[in-house]
Amino acid sequence: MEPVFDLTIIWAMIIAFGVIMYVMMDGFVLGQGILFMFAPNDESRDVMMNSVAPVWDGNGTWLILGGAGLLAAFPRVYTILLPALYIGVFLMLAGFIFRGVAFEFRFKAKRSRYLWNWAFSIGSIVVAFAQGAVVGSYIQGFHVVDGVYAGGAFDWLTPFSVLTGLGIVAGYGLLGSTWLILKSQGELQAWAYKVSLVLLMAVLVVFGLIGVWTPFVDDFVYQRWFGGVTPLWLLPVITLGFAWWLFNAVRKQQDGKPFVATLGLFVMTYFGLLASKFPYVVPPTYTLWDAASAHESQLFLLLGLLFVIPFVLMYTAWTYWVFRGKVKKGEGYH
Amino acid sequence: MEFDPVLISRLQFAFVVSFHAIFPVFTIGLASFIAVLEGLSLKTGNPAWERLSRFWIQVFAVVFGMGVVSGIVMAFQFGTNWSNFSMVTSNFLGPILSYEVITAFFLEAAFLGVLLFGRDRVPQGIHFMSAVMVAVGTFISAFWILSANSWMQTPAGVEMNEGLYYVKSWSEAIFNASLQYRFLHMILASFLTGAFVVSGVSAWFLLRKKDTALHKKTLSMSLWLILFAAPAQVVVGDFHGLNTLEHQPTKVAAMEGNWERSKGVPLLLFAIPDQKNQTNHFEIGIPKLASLILTHDMDGEVPGLKDVPVDEQPPVAIVFWSFRIMVGIGVLMVLFAIAGLVLRRNSAFATSKPFLHGLRWMSLSPFIAVLAGWFVTEIGRSPWLVYGQMTQAQGVTPSLTGGMALFTLIGYVIVYGIIFTAGVYYLMRVLYTGAPSNEAVEREQLNRKAKRPMSAAEASWEIEEAK
Ligand code: HDD
Ligand code: HEM
Ligand code: HEM
Repeated sequence: MEPVFDLTIIWAMIIAFGVIMYVMMDGFVLGQGILFMFAPNDESRDVMMNSVAPVWDGNGTWLILGGAGLLAAFPRVYTILLPALYIGVFLMLAGFIFRGVAFEFRFKAKRSRYLWNWAFSIGSIVVAFAQGAVVGSYIQGFHVVDGVYAGGAFDWLTPFSVLTGLGIVAGYGLLGSTWLILKSQGELQAWAYKVSLVLLMAVLVVFGLIGVWTPFVDDFVYQRWFGGVTPLWLLPVITLGFAWWLFNAVRKQQDGKPFVATLGLFVMTYFGLLASKFPYVVPPTYTLWDAASAHESQLFLLLGLLFVIPFVLMYTAWTYWVFRGKVKKGEGYH
Repeated sequence: MEFDPVLISRLQFAFVVSFHAIFPVFTIGLASFIAVLEGLSLKTGNPAWERLSRFWIQVFAVVFGMGVVSGIVMAFQFGTNWSNFSMVTSNFLGPILSYEVITAFFLEAAFLGVLLFGRDRVPQGIHFMSAVMVAVGTFISAFWILSANSWMQTPAGVEMNEGLYYVKSWSEAIFNASLQYRFLHMILASFLTGAFVVSGVSAWFLLRKKDTALHKKTLSMSLWLILFAAPAQVVVGDFHGLNTLEHQPTKVAAMEGNWERSKGVPLLLFAIPDQKNQTNHFEIGIPKLASLILTHDMDGEVPGLKDVPVDEQPPVAIVFWSFRIMVGIGVLMVLFAIAGLVLRRNSAFATSKPFLHGLRWMSLSPFIAVLAGWFVTEIGRSPWLVYGQMTQAQGVTPSLTGGMALFTLIGYVIVYGIIFTAGVYYLMRVLYTGAPSNEAVEREQLNRKAKRPMSAAEASWEIEEAK
């Protein structure tokens, strides 16, 4: 019997939505970790951590949802990506654990505080780099034979994926610094403005390199972008627009706009990535439909998810509302 | 040197899941306990209940936090190390495992925050309701994960088509043959874990003469729970074993250390199983008792390990001994339950030094029993991953090399080692600091704003300098 609705597309949208939610929300939190050891002083570090403390652990849950949701809706993606990224996934999880625990224990420690500082910072950088490398290896594609990953342990680690890894570190750093502009004052904010400009340059250079390199890594992408005139060409233009907006907002020392502009930058890049690969989810072998699970399995889970997601979104919005405004020195959530 | 990726993946899975399991098993029991404390506080208005609840919520927060970080790792284990297995079973296990995560996710989003940080922001009734919802949520979480595990032990409701399972009947697959026993047994195990930790900690406070009136209450409560739950666990365990006999006879043979299928089999109290020679050494047993327990007939027939080819036998010694450790602890728990009842006279349970010291030590026992129980369950089904249908070797990730697996195994051991030490150390600080005093409670009300799990705990990391 042919199902009435094609749930595969709905599921693709849910997962794509989960991923970008995760990237935007955990991105600025990881950004704090990336900038952590460069901050002017330990007081600033308190503010940095406090600015994200009330919201960070809700963010991580989107990632778990993505992992489990992938297994349920697109098992081929789950069972090929995880083996292919085996070492990278381990590093990412280890980084996660250290970052998470540092969040909890840093405020309660005095003499051992510097240890938790490092755990927070290195954990965040490792997570960001690993995620960036995942994007890179995703663009390159995976060596698949008979439905299973057939490559080596380090296929994911190439000059290209190192570049994308650095790109995400810089990108999350930028999300983090513009978030700080929004949430801080005085010395720390002045510092955040300075850092934002530097990071913006870094991001533009790295993203630019990636953008130029990508079509040559993969022929499919090349055809999609240069096979003829396409509306896709608007994407890089809008992306540059956001960069320009960001640049001006930082120069004029505006408060909230830099963060919004950075989010825009990320979303556009993400669209660009999706557009490059669609409808392939395990490039270059499987499309969304090849990778999907059985219709009744997708349906069974969808029912529960549709019930839960609105609550989670409402709650998330509520938390951000409750903790809006500047974080002042010495005022903690701990 | 070549390493076997299957063996190392098994070790790694056993390590990470054992590590994870000890936290939820505690939080499931503790969540219900906290809900009861909140209920009492709401009903009586006696501030003692609130102080107790505040104290145990701090403990809950730390343990829950550890459960979450180790749970995240679990969500990726299936894909990294058991990708073939994940692919073949994805149509069923994918949604089921996702439901577990969704439940946890939903509760974390909605009620955990209110329970941990909302005491002064929401009406007391809502706060109590949140405590109940968190407790209910832990049960639902456990239900899904145990359903997944039970399905692997006693698969049902699915059909194999071109190498993938397809679900024919969700209800048959979810409520498969071993689920009800496993669920009950696990819930009782969680209650016992909660009860023994609470009673052990309360006993410790009584021994130190700190807040005695307060902790006598919780000691008494947990002893009542133990009085009911410990014997119930023995009964449920027996039924669980009978169910296993029906569906996984070889596992039972390993638990009993019985090689030949035969009648009138003794219950072995001690033996050293020798897998190579397919026999036991130094057997000490009670004649015919195993037959009696398993078939309710002195001369009933008990399956033997030799019923199946040698390469389909599980590692006997681990299963045999883990089972004895679990049952031994179960019996010990019943003894403590009875002692607790006898000592009710004149409230001696709260003053008898030997009893209190005994309880202190017993607070570790449920964790050992739980892990031993899982070892029986999981190692006893070896070499099968989906019982009778898919072996571990078939389920492992094809591209995985022994070296890669060893690298991450060592990695997890190091990471968890550090985290566990820090967590337990901090938990000890929380316990040592004790229930918040009334003034501290007021101070807390001023600066409680966040909603992060462990931040609900207020003890400082370092031991304060002596004044
Ligand atoms: C506080 C913990 C605790 C205690 C005191 C006991 N158990 Fe248990 N047992 C567990 C905690 C546990 C567990 C961790 O929850 C297991 C692992 C998987 C499961 O379903 O429950 C388990 C598994 C388990 C199994 C394996 C089921 C299978 O085939 O998969 C059997 C036969 C028993 N138990 C029987 C008993 C008996 C006869 C006990 C009485 C003395 C007993 N258990 C006490
Ligand atoms: C939470 C407590 C659990 C513990 C302590 C535990 C313990 C173990 C152990 C010791 C092994 C190794 C078995 C062997 O050497 O033969 C194992 C294997 C395994 N278990 Fe569990 N397990 C638990 C729960 C689960 C659950 C809930 C699932 C599935 C949803 C699961 C799925 C598996 C798989 C896939 C393997 C690998 C294959 C195997 O070696 O059997 N386990 N587990
Ligand atoms: C072996 C497979 C398992 C996997 C893949 C797994 C996965 C997870 C994940 C991802 C979380 C964190 C979710 C969150 O709070 O955001 C979690 C927490 C939890 N898990 Fe597991 N888990 C497994 C075994 C178990 C078992 C055997 C139980 C209990 C019977 C259990 C009960 C819970 C509970 C109650 C929570 C909520 C947090 C807590 O109480 O610590 N899980 N699990």
